[in-house]
Amino acid sequence: MAQTYDRGAVEDVGRWREFSAGMWAWVLHKFTGWVLVGYLFTHIAVLSTAIGADPAAAPQDLYTTTLVGLEDLLVVRLLEVGLLAVAVFHMLNGIRLLFIDLGLGLERQDQSFYASLIITGAIAVASVPTFLAGV
Amino acid sequence: MSADTDPETDTEAEVEAETETPPPADTEPEPSVPEPGTESHQDRRMREKGEQAIAREEAAADAAAEEIETVEIRVYRYDPEVEGKTTPRFDAFHVPIEEGMTVLDALIYARDEFDSSLTFRHSCRQGVCGSDALFVNGAQRLGCQTQISDLEAPVQIEPLPHQEVVKDLVVDMQHFYEQMDAVEPYFDPDEEPEEDLEEQRQTRENREKIKLSTRCIQCGACTSSCNVAAGDNQYLGPAAINKAYRFVMDKREGEDRRKQRLETVKQEHGVWRCQTQFSCTEVCPKDIPLTEHIQELKREAIKEDIKFW
Repeated sequence: MAQTYDRGAVEDVGRWREFSAGMWAWVLHKFTGWVLVGYLFTHIAVLSTAIGADPAAAPQDLYTTTLVGLEDLLVVRLLEVGLLAVAVFHMLNGIRLLFIDLGLGLERQDQSFYASLIITGAIAVASVPTFLAGV
Repeated sequence: MSADTDPETDTEAEVEAETETPPPADTEPEPSVPEPGTESHQDRRMREKGEQAIAREEAAADAAAEEIETVEIRVYRYDPEVEGKTTPRFDAFHVPIEEGMTVLDALIYARDEFDSSLTFRHSCRQGVCGSDALFVNGAQRLGCQTQISDLEAPVQIEPLPHQEVVKDLVVDMQHFYEQMDAVEPYFDPDEEPEEDLEEQRQTRENREKIKLSTRCIQCGACTSSCNVAAGDNQYLGPAAINKAYRFVMDKREGEDRRKQRLETVKQEHGVWRCQTQFSCTEVCPKDIPLTEHIQELKREAIKEDIKFW
C-alpha cells in the first residue's frame, strides 16, 4: 500500500491540483494551526524577555520599547494582517468541523469551506486600514 | 545461360540503385523514361504502380480516419515481468468515439484493436461488480460508469493510487479485502426466527437508515482516495467502516455483536483516523455518504463509553 516505489506520474507531487474542497480545508486547517502554534511560542518568547525597565530609555519600560519598535516595522504590520487572516480561517473552519462532527450539513461542507475563505478574505481586507495606519 | 543472366541481373541491380538513390518516397513518382534494352522495365513499372496504389490506399485511409472522431487516451503501462516494460510509462491510443462510450469501452477497444497486452480488470460493465475502479483524469472513478464525453481530452487513465500495481491498470486489492474482513462483515442476530424459513423482518425506517451503506460494491475507490489511508496501512478505511456501519445500524443484529463491532471501529486505527477530508464521499461511484457514516460511528463509539445518566 504505502510502500515507496516509483510509480511515475501517479505518485507525482502535482496531485495538489486535483484536491477537492474538503482536502483544501484540511490542508489549510493544518497549515493555519501550525502557524498559530508558531506565533504563540514567538509571542511568549518576545513578551517574556521584554520585562523590566529599559536601560536605554530610562522612564520607559522594556515592554513598551519592544512593542513600539516592532510596530514601526512595515513587515510586522503586514504579518499582523496575515496572522489575523490565519486565526480567522482557523476559527471559522473549526466551527465548520464542529458541525461536521455533529453530523450537521455534511452535504454542504464544500460551500461552508468556501464561505469560510470568503469571510476570512473580507475580514483581512477590512483590517488593513487599522493595521497599516501610521506606518 | 548462367553467363548471360549474371550481367543482366547486375544491370538490373544498378538501375534499381540509380532510381532509388533520390528517394521519391512521398512525392509523385516521375514519369519514368523507358530504357530500352533493360529487362527490369516491366518490373519497375509494376513496382511503381504498386507503390502508387499503396499510397492511394493510405491517403484514403487517412481521410477516412480524419472523418471519424477519436479521443486520445493515455494509459499507464507497467509490467514487472517483461524486460523493457518495468519502467512505468504512458501509452497513447486514439479510440474512435461512439455515443455513450465509457472509459471502460475505450480501454476494451484499445485492447482489442491496438494492444492485446493492455491489462485491466472488468466484468459486468454496468457498475455492479466493482472491478474497474481507475484513476481517470486525476480522480478515482468507475471506468464503466464514466462517460468519455464528460472528460477532458486526452483522457489519462492510471491504476488506483496508493495500491501496489501488479500490471498496467491492475492493482493488488489484497490489503483492501483484509481491511473489509477486519470488521467481520456478516449479519449475526441474537435470536433466530423459530421457524426455519421465516424472514427476519426489519422496519422500513431501519432499512432506509442503512440503505445507502448497503450499496458498496467494494471497488476500492474510497480507500485509494483517502489521504489518511495512504499514510496509515492499519487504518480500516472508508469502505470497511461503512461496512461496519451497515451492521451496527441494523436493528436486527445482536447487542453483543454490535458492541464488538463498535469496539473494532473505535480502535486507534478505526474511525478516529478519519480527518473529514471528504475525498471518499466525493469519489464513491455509488454515492454513499461515507464521511457521514464514519462521523455517525464516531458518535456511537463515544456514546458507548460516556454515560451522563
